[in-house]
Amino acid sequence: MVVDRELPSDEARELLALTRQLASEELAPRAAEFEERGECPRELFRTIGRAGLLGLAYPEEHGGGGQPYEVYLQVLEELAIGWAAVALGVSVHTLTCHPIAQFGTDEQKRRWLPDMLGGELLGAYCLSEAQAGSDAGSLAARARRDGDAYVLDGTKAWVTHGGVADYYDIFCRTSEDARRGISLVLADADTPGLLPQSPEKKMGLRASPTAQLVLEGARVDADRLIGAEGDGLRIALSALDGGRLGISAVATGVAQAALDVATAYARERQQFGQRIVDFQGVSFMLADMATGIEAARALYLSAARRRDAGKPYGPQASMAKVFATDNAMKVTTDAVQVLGGYGYTSDFPVERYMREVKVMQIFEGTNQIQRMVIGRSLAAG
Amino acid sequence: MNIVVCVKQVPDTWAEKKLSPDDKTVDRVGVDGVMNELDEYAVEEALRIKEALSAQGGGGEVTVLTMGPDKSVETIRKALSMGADKAVHLVDPALHGSDALATSYALSKALGTIEHDLVILGVESTDARMSVLPAMLAERLGASQLTFARKVEVGTGTVKIERQTDSGYDVVEAPIPAVVSVVEKINEPRYPSFKGIMAAKKKPLTTLTLADAGIEADNVGFAGSGTEVTDFAARPPKQAGQIVKDEGDGGSKLADFLAQQKFI
Repeated sequence: MVVDRELPSDEARELLALTRQLASEELAPRAAEFEERGECPRELFRTIGRAGLLGLAYPEEHGGGGQPYEVYLQVLEELAIGWAAVALGVSVHTLTCHPIAQFGTDEQKRRWLPDMLGGELLGAYCLSEAQAGSDAGSLAARARRDGDAYVLDGTKAWVTHGGVADYYDIFCRTSEDARRGISLVLADADTPGLLPQSPEKKMGLRASPTAQLVLEGARVDADRLIGAEGDGLRIALSALDGGRLGISAVATGVAQAALDVATAYARERQQFGQRIVDFQGVSFMLADMATGIEAARALYLSAARRRDAGKPYGPQASMAKVFATDNAMKVTTDAVQVLGGYGYTSDFPVERYMREVKVMQIFEGTNQIQRMVIGRSLAAG
Repeated sequence: MNIVVCVKQVPDTWAEKKLSPDDKTVDRVGVDGVMNELDEYAVEEALRIKEALSAQGGGGEVTVLTMGPDKSVETIRKALSMGADKAVHLVDPALHGSDALATSYALSKALGTIEHDLVILGVESTDARMSVLPAMLAERLGASQLTFARKVEVGTGTVKIERQTDSGYDVVEAPIPAVVSVVEKINEPRYPSFKGIMAAKKKPLTTLTLADAGIEADNVGFAGSGTEVTDFAARPPKQAGQIVKDEGDGGSKLADFLAQQKFI
């Protein structure tokens, strides 16, 4: 079912129409097979990149689409209706452009940003480590200044697009200072000593590779430092809220896809001589699913509009992330229930949706961390 | 090299197509319109030729030409958002009811207002499926006729195509100016880009009436058409299929059926 959206402009309406076309023609028909094989659809990212979807949220002067978050997030949601791994990839790629767009020098923006936003390149964001997940500030990978370069050593973990990315945003420790000990460098994928490992074996989203990135004396030119030395944690934190909204939109899209499948099935499936959608037990389940999705969409859009208006939106982004991903988990689980035994088989996509959204309660800040953020904002008054 | 791509807005391929009971023409108002699918391949081919020539330092423009009611401007927009440079829209109530012959006359007159070396179009439209317009247009223009192209190569003053046939292909070469019709094997049409969609709004669009194009009203519309739809009927509902029970002889029963239908 086509989602009837409130959009701020004609150009946004046309952008969403283009996105829906790409999602239904290019993404949805391929999703199940690529997920089964665990293959990253790298070429597909070029297709949607050429259509302009990999730089939407950034200014036109650097080659971006100049779109507000309100529009960009709905594009993500539509992509996720087609295929979560691709929508997630767009969200992650968008995140990788944030540090340079926000903290880069004019020279750095001029040199690298147009290619990053242009659609041919795919980025990866390396913040977490095996021992530094929710507590990102405890990361241990090092960047040591050596002449006109930094030399990187250590191991980054949970890197989305690890092994297929064209460049990596890498957060490393440059000193022991508790607040200003972390720095960010932008490294080309072909930098010697940058060693992506085999992808993790995951429960879902297998078409989106997640890998460790081993750093073995990787030399990165010092002019690839984004912001000042020690700015890393501040940069990482500033990117979090936008990323959380991205995941909210992706989760909402998968939930919408699950509702669409469940509704179509319930209108078709006959038992006891009538459509199961006419049984109140099923109909109320679908009603709750639809209500949750509508609420999740409203919540992430409300936070996005705050961001677009230049207002603080951190707690709201966390609320959207918690609500949209918990809701998506519930909706996809219920979609399997509506389809009964068929829902539990891979002949229908709902069991895959259920596996795909589980991780959305975990990454981009676990839902427990989000509640902590919201709780702290209340405690601070 | 200047290329004109003729495109047509047709009822959505998957929609039920209807004829209007009043004048027995295709109902284009009550349905979603899309660009005739084969015309997307024509636009793509024109853009590829232009891009290849421009990479070698050549110049030229791709112009989109359509004849149709006001709504056809949607199809023009689509071609412009894919990358065409400008567009001409031939629109006049007097054109309503034109058959293929009258349409080829009208398009040839409109083409007279646009500088061109090459005219590219799909081999047929999904609503009429006549597949005669490219040939008629070439005749009207006195241009070379290269139809059913699955590959196009532009040389110096000539165009060479691989012409799709039932058994393979013929290589046909002819001097420019030429009319080339394309089949879907020729390429994979691109999606418009978001920037392309934005840019399309600012590209030049010329609207032509009959008078602007020097078209004589007697030669178009119902009056100017040599063919007439006298009657039409809805397609009869599908008959129930024949069920073949396999009693160990299913294979030969199927073979008999296929032989009966002259498939084998």
